[in-house]
Amino acid sequence: MEAIRTKIDVAGQERLSTSERETVFEARDISVFYGDQRAIDKVSIDIYRRLVTAIIGPSGCGKSTFIRTLNRMTDLVPSARLTGELRYRGIDLYGPGVDAVEVRRRIGMVFQKPNPFPKSIYDNVAYGLRILGMKKDLDERVEKALHSAALWDEVKDRLKDSALGLSGGQQQRLCIARAIAVEPEVILLDEPASALDPIATSAIEDLMHELKRDFTIVIVTHNMQQAARVADMTAFFGLNVTPKGSREGILVEYDNTEKIFTNPSDKRTEGYVTGRFG
Amino acid sequence: MTEPAFSLRTSGRLRRRQLVNRLMGALALGAALLAVSVLAIVVISVASRGASALNLDFFTKNQAQGFNPTGGGIRFAIVGTGVIVGIATLMALPLGVMIAIFLSDLASPRLARVTRLALDVTNGIPTIVIGIFVYTIVVAAHGQSALAGSLALAIIMVPLIARSTEEVLLLIPTSQREASLALGVSRWRTTFGIVIPSAMGGILTGTTLAIARAAGETAPLLFLTSLGTSATADSNPLHPLQSMTYAIFNYSEQGDPGFQAKAWATAFTLMCFVLVTSLGAKLGMARYRKKMGG
Amino acid sequence: MLHANKRPAFKRTRGLIDRVGDPVLKAVTFIASAVAVAVLGVIAYELVTGSRLAFHSFGLGFLTSQVWDDVHGQFGALSLIFGTAVTAGLAILIATPLAIAIALFLTELAPKPVRALLGALVEMLAAIPSVILGLWGLLVMGPYVKDQLEPFLSATLGFLPFFQGAHYTVGVLSAVLVLTIMVVPIIASVTRELFATVPPELREGALALGATRWEMVRGVLLPAARPGILAAVALGFGRAVGEAMAVLMVMGGAIGIHASLFAFGDTLAARIAGQYAGADTNIQISSLVYLAAILLVISLAVNIGAQLLIRPIDFRPRRQRIALDRAMETQGMSAD
Repeated sequence: MEAIRTKIDVAGQERLSTSERETVFEARDISVFYGDQRAIDKVSIDIYRRLVTAIIGPSGCGKSTFIRTLNRMTDLVPSARLTGELRYRGIDLYGPGVDAVEVRRRIGMVFQKPNPFPKSIYDNVAYGLRILGMKKDLDERVEKALHSAALWDEVKDRLKDSALGLSGGQQQRLCIARAIAVEPEVILLDEPASALDPIATSAIEDLMHELKRDFTIVIVTHNMQQAARVADMTAFFGLNVTPKGSREGILVEYDNTEKIFTNPSDKRTEGYVTGRFG
Repeated sequence: MTEPAFSLRTSGRLRRRQLVNRLMGALALGAALLAVSVLAIVVISVASRGASALNLDFFTKNQAQGFNPTGGGIRFAIVGTGVIVGIATLMALPLGVMIAIFLSDLASPRLARVTRLALDVTNGIPTIVIGIFVYTIVVAAHGQSALAGSLALAIIMVPLIARSTEEVLLLIPTSQREASLALGVSRWRTTFGIVIPSAMGGILTGTTLAIARAAGETAPLLFLTSLGTSATADSNPLHPLQSMTYAIFNYSEQGDPGFQAKAWATAFTLMCFVLVTSLGAKLGMARYRKKMGG
Repeated sequence: MLHANKRPAFKRTRGLIDRVGDPVLKAVTFIASAVAVAVLGVIAYELVTGSRLAFHSFGLGFLTSQVWDDVHGQFGALSLIFGTAVTAGLAILIATPLAIAIALFLTELAPKPVRALLGALVEMLAAIPSVILGLWGLLVMGPYVKDQLEPFLSATLGFLPFFQGAHYTVGVLSAVLVLTIMVVPIIASVTRELFATVPPELREGALALGATRWEMVRGVLLPAARPGILAAVALGFGRAVGEAMAVLMVMGGAIGIHASLFAFGDTLAARIAGQYAGADTNIQISSLVYLAAILLVISLAVNIGAQLLIRPIDFRPRRQRIALDRAMETQGMSAD
């Protein structure tokens, strides 16, 4: 698999030819409805293993809705309905007999607003581990997760302190550590840095480069430069206004990040990335 | 594409966790159903036993001569409750609204906090204690009267009216007040001309809730207005007047099944009144909150 | 710009009433609020003076004496304090898990239309006047307790002293049941509002980690809401302690300390209420006021404790909270 591989270093990213990549998610014609309102329309996309895939687009184009289908968080909205097929490593995520709780253990999520539990730093990371019965070597696992989130050095002396005393950037890295601790295969990030200051943001971005060695990363961002900095693949979601006047999200273009930003195939993509709209 | 070497189905430890999850859900549902069942049992018991003794006479006549268990009605008690609660409302409403205006508009944060604490604490005082209190300051010296009962109920109602009115006043957007003040209208005119009228719906529903609560009180009235006559529909507030709640209690203490039937009938009447007004007021409050975008 | 206009810039064109209105309103509302606060002090004062006779006669021994003899003018509160503690304590013990379960059902499991309806029904339970619940407890629940419940308890748990003795339609057990019915809706609605203040991000964070709903509730929701739940329980306890009518009607009104739940008993509030017709001697009336004073102390302690527990609940980070408080203060509203 590694034999034929063309590497072009563009801002530190690798470009593999599509046939060599492993797919983690295969989405075919995914549409999400909230009641009668269609939020995203027939999205088809392959997400590749151990790459960073960014989802960009103007607000209201369904980026968050789409990423939440990947770990069945849309289930939490009573009126939400999904059509189409979404396969995770070959298994239909929404098929009969699939347990959403198991899905979420394997596909972790970090949210836009840091949401640490009102517990100690240690207990935040240990929470998932305790539930899953991964209680052996709890201390080591917590330390490893905090290392992976580049937070260990800052908190190692105050693990028993409340997580709410950390700064915004530290809290977000704690949430990442918490998600990593349960050893998922995929980490979904929904605009993880939009609530943070620039320094904290760049710390998170650096983390992405490290994390993709072990995890598949999907990140929603409204910041194009961020996508250009961290992502290997980029999906551009656009807004489609139906004849009835309702707005739906659609996948406009999906390709290597370099191509999206330097030579997009679709005029709408070009319009967005050159800042003409959105 | 790799072969699926794993499963997303419930298995092993997760199966146990899901079982626990489902069990807890069932317990929660059970608790909710238990509460609703108890409500149904109580309401149906009262209704079935009370409805049979109801007739027009029950509402229009007073207690039959010689304390006869059959015949006659509770007109005296209906009038009594009306007078006692009516006067209590007349006392409590203006006071409660004034306090609410103070809390929402004019008080410093510390004064407001102290006042709110006092209101909440008063709300928690057992009503029998409030009855004893009014006894010592009014009845000990002057004997029983409906007025004394009204005073006790007013003490109970003021915190309720004040807090609900304050909540409603805070819902009125500051932009409305500012618009009026910017026109050069004085603060007090703004309060009474703009804010209170806007808040009227909410104030009325809050007061209705307090009335429903007051109408259901018995303990404070025992020492203050229980010696009222049952032979006539007296409405003089200076006399002691029996309330419906006291009538229920009094009838329940008599052994004769005729009186027990009267107790049920009175209870049914009072329960309908209290439940319907409480429910209506809560609905009104919810609708008002939605209208104000609260 | 200079004007030759001789008129003063802001001539007083407002009438007397208009000008005087603001300070008058401020004064009137301030007095109203002062009255509300002062009433507490007046109540305390009157209860102290009213109980002085009894206090001089019995002192603090009042609290440790079981005697209640109106013929010889000897009174003591111990039996009543015991009855209050047992009935209120047991009622809270039974009601709290029930109420929390109901609140959880309403906030986490019930579909939206059911939530509103069920919530309203639970609140209706709290609206039923206590005398009606007492009547029901005496004439409907009573026979059931005497003929079904107490025999069942005797049969299964009769080896314990708590379930021994003859079966009646009234007694401690009946009082506990009726109080439980009253207290459950109170704790449930306060807890339900509490759960609504927990931010959804906290719930989502736990679920996204692969926790089941119950694990989220147990690990994140309940711990986060714990101080508020304690406050709700305190409020419920205050209600149970202060309930007079229903207890008076279903507890049997007897003095004496017994281990059995089947026995008759009495509480502070019920005894005061029960003596309304018979108290004629000064010493007896003063003793009733003494009882009321004890009740007041208990309810004040419980209430103020509950208020203090409610205040410090906050899920916002400290910096945000301070900023928010400051913003709200300048808006003329205090941060509650």
